[in-house]
Amino acid sequence: MKEDYLVLKNLVKIFSGGKESVIAVDDVSLQVREGELVTLLGPSGCGKTTTLRMIAGFEFPTSGEIFLDGERINDVPPNRRPTTMVFQNYALFPHMTVVQNIEYGLKIHRVPGKAIRERVEEVMRLVGLKGLGGRSPTQLSGGQQQRVSLARSLIMEPKVLLLDEPLSNLDAKLRESTRIEIRKLQRRVGITSVYVTHDQEEAMTLSDRVVIMHAGRIQQIGTPPEIYSHPANRFVADFIGKANFLEARVAAISSPNTAELDIHGTKLRVSTDYQELAEGAKVVVVVRPESVALETKKPGTLTGVIRESVYLGSEIVYEVQLKDSILTVEVPNPREHTLFTNDQEVSIRLKEKSLHILPAEEPVG
Amino acid sequence: MNKSARRTSEVLANMRIIWKEPFLLVAILAIFYFLLLFVAFPIFQVFRYSLVVDKKFDLSNYLAVFSARYYYQPFLNSIILGAITGTTGTIMGFVFAYALTRTPLPFKGFFRQTVTFPIISPPFVVALAAILLFGRAGSLTPFLQKILGEYSIYGLGGLVFVETVAYGPTAFLVLYGVLQAIDPALEEASMDLGASRAKVFSTVTLPLAVPGIASAWLLVFIQSMADFGNPMIISGNFRVLSVQAFLQITGMYDLSRGATLAVLLFIPTTVAYFLQKYWVSRKSYVTVTGKPTAATIKRLEWYIKLPVYFLCILFTAMVFLLYGTIVYGSFQKLWGVDATLTFNNYIQMFRVGKDYIIDSLTLSSLATPITGLLGMFIAFLVIRKRFIGRGAMEFISMLTFAVPGTVVGIGYILAFNQRSVLFPFILTGTAWIIVLLLIFRNMPVGIRSGIAALQQIDPAIEEASTDLGADSATTFRKVTLPMIAPAFFSGLVFGFVKAMTAISAVIFVVSGKWNLITVAILGFVDSSRYAPAAAMSLLLIVIVLIAMGIIQLVVNRIGRGVRTTSIVG
Repeated sequence: MKEDYLVLKNLVKIFSGGKESVIAVDDVSLQVREGELVTLLGPSGCGKTTTLRMIAGFEFPTSGEIFLDGERINDVPPNRRPTTMVFQNYALFPHMTVVQNIEYGLKIHRVPGKAIRERVEEVMRLVGLKGLGGRSPTQLSGGQQQRVSLARSLIMEPKVLLLDEPLSNLDAKLRESTRIEIRKLQRRVGITSVYVTHDQEEAMTLSDRVVIMHAGRIQQIGTPPEIYSHPANRFVADFIGKANFLEARVAAISSPNTAELDIHGTKLRVSTDYQELAEGAKVVVVVRPESVALETKKPGTLTGVIRESVYLGSEIVYEVQLKDSILTVEVPNPREHTLFTNDQEVSIRLKEKSLHILPAEEPVG
Repeated sequence: MNKSARRTSEVLANMRIIWKEPFLLVAILAIFYFLLLFVAFPIFQVFRYSLVVDKKFDLSNYLAVFSARYYYQPFLNSIILGAITGTTGTIMGFVFAYALTRTPLPFKGFFRQTVTFPIISPPFVVALAAILLFGRAGSLTPFLQKILGEYSIYGLGGLVFVETVAYGPTAFLVLYGVLQAIDPALEEASMDLGASRAKVFSTVTLPLAVPGIASAWLLVFIQSMADFGNPMIISGNFRVLSVQAFLQITGMYDLSRGATLAVLLFIPTTVAYFLQKYWVSRKSYVTVTGKPTAATIKRLEWYIKLPVYFLCILFTAMVFLLYGTIVYGSFQKLWGVDATLTFNNYIQMFRVGKDYIIDSLTLSSLATPITGLLGMFIAFLVIRKRFIGRGAMEFISMLTFAVPGTVVGIGYILAFNQRSVLFPFILTGTAWIIVLLLIFRNMPVGIRSGIAALQQIDPAIEEASTDLGADSATTFRKVTLPMIAPAFFSGLVFGFVKAMTAISAVIFVVSGKWNLITVAILGFVDSSRYAPAAAMSLLLIVIVLIAMGIIQLVVNRIGRGVRTTSIVG
């Protein structure tokens, strides 16, 4: 397994149209291991698709370099790159049958007919398209079209498979089952893949590592658990899952990686996650809604007032006013807990292990 | 990096990619050469001949033209004719478009077919029919004289009538697209807020259609000014530029005077064209996508229906009357004198015109596929590829569309009756000059339908092909072309129709050896042999209809893909 199979080095892409120019991708560097599935995740306009299209060769980087398997591919035109792409709306050739679509690339590369037939059969079995070979793409359902698109790319045995929001045109149920299928398939074939999506759930279930992008820049690279529990900044914390942000002050550093925080006058010991904190520094505590427990009011604790409660069956969601901010709290399995009513004062207990500290007033982006 | 450096680096990156595809590079260079040689160079020659006297820059041609009423009157006449026809044609087109999109008019398909029929027929056929009906020996002349008193079909009045029938359909097609694209919900909203039918029309429908109306007016203005066949037959003493330029060159052998008149014709039409293309169309509120919105038709007041229906029926009846006259006239022994039915006209027509028919078919069949392929390929390059000069390529290739045929025809004689640096062969008198003229004159039709089709195809489909290893040529051949095939064939139909019915430009480049059917018809009319002229016109219409039928069959067999075509100027 090569560590730096696909390498993006300081990629910049500036689109200049008339007077204005837009920095779509701003200094993106990334190493993808062989066989790994990496997701580029971010809101629309964050530069993820542009990055993907630069890897495919459809956009030229304004500056920066792309290496694939040790070779610099900046100047290789898209048709000579060993990458294939699964397009967002599949881009199936409407005038060809399913089989003709799938075998297209092999024909272009003049693979002998017998070999083509064998590989087509194999890949169709792999993605579950058996018996649909003679159909026209227009006669297929969305999910089937998606498989054809995947098969058409996979059959080329590319060094890197690129997927551009391949599930965004499917309905919610199908999307869930298909993403599991894609993950299984990717593992089985062991193909290096770069996957673009704006759906964090999709990214979390699919990826070995997630690259979070915002405004053209990489915000954080990490495995799904890393990103959820140790977000690098406020944007990541807010984008992945739900998060409350509490302002706090470092009261004391008790041991190398434990700090005592002062949150609205209440003391709390928190692991600092290898961050260098100075005593007296202002920090922001990332509090996931599920890492808060509510209890009947006790003196000497952090207290708040229930403002709203939403009952969802499997959980109950409270909005609790804490000084001048609102804290969202999720209490799972409500039948096991005391329920609170609006305007009731409660004690707020933060589960120390699942808290995460960020420096206050960090520069955005 | 500053912006210009970035631009440069992007252009270089694009160039590097093109370098890696020698086919693309060669194709782009070759197309540029052909466009320069067969589009830009002839127009340049027209200007040169009008401005250069004895190898010196000299305005004497222009001074001469503007000092003699004999010369500048045609200029004024052409503009007056264009303006009046533009107005009548647009009104007629709007009434039809309104009737077909906003009223419960029955038999819409029938009306649509009839009103657009003049587009596929040779334009001067209408003038011929008008003479048969309303001319000196016209069958309706005595009747009309009772109402109008003495009148003559020859002159401005007759021309406006004839050209309204011939070019009103263009306005109709533009306005039909525009009215169809206006969301009826807007009109419903207006009504919902209390507007009466008339208020809805004057405050919503009409203002939204204004850019379309301006477009239609300009296009009819251009066609009317550039028209050669109708004025040649029916203008009488009302002299127009296209005919005068032709007479200067073929009658007086005065090339520079002819070129000067051509320039006078070139300027207003080209200005109108660019106004239409770059100014009016940008003001548009609606985009014509080809996807009709289902207009909901509510009960309509009688005072709207009555005049609209009346005009539609009147115009449709007129089209039938005119073309029916051609059919009937082609079988009469001597129009207005001896109404005995006979096949003699056809026999005479074949005896005299056999070679013309064969030449027309041969040359058109040769030119049409090249027109289509070249048009599609240029559309592909312009829409999908990035290269230096892409804008220039689009501009030059659409230029022949804007330029009146008379100018192009004169340009071709001036450009190819001698050897030049660009092209070391003399083409005058050969079949090639006709074929090339047809190709480059009709190519914009192919480009337009190609562009329209390509814009509806997701570029990702072509990217998928590139991604799987195909180069530009393979992608074009295996993916793009099959998908735009229906548009391609429709483009072929109209290329063929235009090649068969062309007159204004080709009349300058025909020769004793190679001649065309339209020129032959004009010859019959010139010698007042109206019946054989009618017979030959009918034959031409039948040939065109057969060609359309065949290609329709082909398109239906292909079936899949995108079906769009634009035949509007």
